[in-house]
Amino acid sequence: MTDLYQSQRAMRNMRRAAMQRGVVAILDIGSSKIACLVLRFDGPERRRDADGVGSMAGQSQFRIIGAATTRSRGVRFGEVHVMNETERAIRTAVQAAQKMANVRVDHVIASFSGAEPRSYGLAGEIELQDSVVTEQDVARVLAACDMPDIGHGREVLHAQPVNFALDHRSGLGDPRGQIGNRLACDMHLLSIDATVVQNLFYCIKRCDLELAGIASSAYVSGISSLVEDEQELGAACIDMGGGSTGISIFIKKHMIYADAVRMGGDHITSDISKGLQVPMAVAERIKTKHGGVHATSMDDREMIEMGGDSGDWEKDRRQVSRTELIGIMRPRVEEILEEVRARLDVAGFDHLPSQQIVLTGGASQIPGLDGLAARILGQRVRLGRPLRIQGLPQAVTGPAFSGAVGLCLFATHPQDEWWDFDIPAEKYPARSLKRAFKWFKDNW
Amino acid sequence: MRAVTAGPHYREPPMTRVAASRAAPGLRRDPAPTRMAYRMQRLWLTPVFRVLMRVGLPAFIIVFVGGVWLSDAERREALNSTMLGVRNTVAQRPEFMVSALSISGASAPLDKAIRELLGLKLPLSSFDIDLVAAQARISTLDAVEKVEVKVGVGGVMEVTVTERQPVLVWRRGDALDLLDPTGRRVAQVLARADRPDLPLIAGEGANLVADEALQIIAAAEPIIPRLRGLVRMGERRWDVVLDRNQRILLPADQPVRAMERLLALDKAEDLLSRDVLTVDLRSQLRPTLRLAPNALNDLRVAKGIVTAESDL
Repeated sequence: MTDLYQSQRAMRNMRRAAMQRGVVAILDIGSSKIACLVLRFDGPERRRDADGVGSMAGQSQFRIIGAATTRSRGVRFGEVHVMNETERAIRTAVQAAQKMANVRVDHVIASFSGAEPRSYGLAGEIELQDSVVTEQDVARVLAACDMPDIGHGREVLHAQPVNFALDHRSGLGDPRGQIGNRLACDMHLLSIDATVVQNLFYCIKRCDLELAGIASSAYVSGISSLVEDEQELGAACIDMGGGSTGISIFIKKHMIYADAVRMGGDHITSDISKGLQVPMAVAERIKTKHGGVHATSMDDREMIEMGGDSGDWEKDRRQVSRTELIGIMRPRVEEILEEVRARLDVAGFDHLPSQQIVLTGGASQIPGLDGLAARILGQRVRLGRPLRIQGLPQAVTGPAFSGAVGLCLFATHPQDEWWDFDIPAEKYPARSLKRAFKWFKDNW
Repeated sequence: MRAVTAGPHYREPPMTRVAASRAAPGLRRDPAPTRMAYRMQRLWLTPVFRVLMRVGLPAFIIVFVGGVWLSDAERREALNSTMLGVRNTVAQRPEFMVSALSISGASAPLDKAIRELLGLKLPLSSFDIDLVAAQARISTLDAVEKVEVKVGVGGVMEVTVTERQPVLVWRRGDALDLLDPTGRRVAQVLARADRPDLPLIAGEGANLVADEALQIIAAAEPIIPRLRGLVRMGERRWDVVLDRNQRILLPADQPVRAMERLLALDKAEDLLSRDVLTVDLRSQLRPTLRLAPNALNDLRVAKGIVTAESDL
């Protein structure tokens, strides 16, 4: 437990060092693409003349000076599947981004969607020593949360305090300095498969980069694509990626649940490929150009050339109607959404006051998806795009990059996690030192 | 729970290549850089390395190659002689040769002295003439107040001299020097008769207060025909010596005013034409006269003071 604590703390220190140097890279490792953004920090935010516009979610502090995307290789379901290929893909993306930024990047913050995330809600409470809550008390109450059995070979990815309660007052964001007797906290813990993270670490290390933080892509895409009131009132972000679909539920600006469905856009492509007997690349092209989920009578007349260079005239000249294509795509999309619905039900999403659902990610660009999703997930569905940040090239502003953009926001303003607080004092020899110091002060 | 770091227990997966190696149609190729290329690019983006490569390396190569080439004594000598030859061929071109020396504003003896002092063996290249040193050397001559040396058109070295103008003759023992208004020595004269037009001063330190002497002489304008000179006494004050060995002892401070007062007295009482040896003006309150012995006797007789007719 201390090992994890230390390594996460080490990553936090690395992140601070990277902020000091002013340059940090963002690596969104997905199943269909790997995106690398290079951020430059401009120091503290300059005050604007106009009032009312806030800190823009902290994004005015940095700008993006390098961006590169590469086709992902060796990643399946958001997990490293083939080490060398993944390493090559990371290298390609990092090199291109460095070239654009014209600056060398040493620290990287990575996100990935796989590794079977599981959410746990933790609770802990302590009696306060003196009536004022100090940072030490917060650390103690976090340490007092009982650790669930997360299973063998699993690691903690996020452990965020989401709520504090002091005596009978709940819903405190920051209890420090308040007066009370009993401090209780709720913590959200996200565990993932350890080997996946280790593979990822290894890949990044092989690229001569230092990992300054890791995040779940479901979480970070929620940060970037949910607007502020959605995060406050309760919303779910469905990040439909290539290999997996991430689900994250937010309320009161904290993530309270995250999960992933191991299905995504690549499965739709492979369905098309199998159903129409075309290569994956052609299937991908047909999907993005002609795909949809609602067939109309017009679609019967729209014939799609499949092309090909097999040399067989009959095979290369085949045509398929758009209805047929939709007939292939729709069941898979429905399956994904049904699975998401099941996960949301398990999480108790229908108990939330506001049940906004935001679809984002590359696969959310299928025309008509919002209508289908509204039928399966509930009425309040919208398509989300990442918010705009400074210096972001036009090519990477689409919903497929909500994870990368969210990771930028995460890198600049990370949520307080368990390891951001010091180890409680009673586990520390500092107390005896303090006592000795006090003795000196009293007697001299 | 283990730490979230890449542990040493990682094993290479057996499958290394799954992705189709042939490029699928319609896919943009973005080949991965090799490890080496990637590292080189990162190295090149390191600022220190960049500066080292773009400034340090060329500088080192230039210095190193130059050093190796110059480490041979023969080559060094050859280089030196070549450089010297090139310099000489340029310096010996007729455009740079100085063939004449023209001195303006100097009297004949000074002209001669300057020519001797410079000792130029013309014609000479202007590269070999140190004009600043020449100017400094000419300036050391007493008679020269200001000098300007330049190489003009047509290979003529022009020396423009402003001579000092002597205004006083200073007798110092047997030697007679000419002084300019600041008291600086201009030249020597052999006899007083050489410059009868200039007033004479004498005594140690007289040259240091030449301007005061000039003021006194200007003030003594009515008695100029009788004036023989000024004597500096004890480097402190002036004596004015007139003919008939008359002396006027001026005070150390404000001698010009004392002189004017004396002249006023002289005009009123005709003092200086009487048989007076000295007029002592050193005390402002009480000018004192010393009469000649005969005049003193006459005065006593006139006053009825009978003195014994003896030397005692």
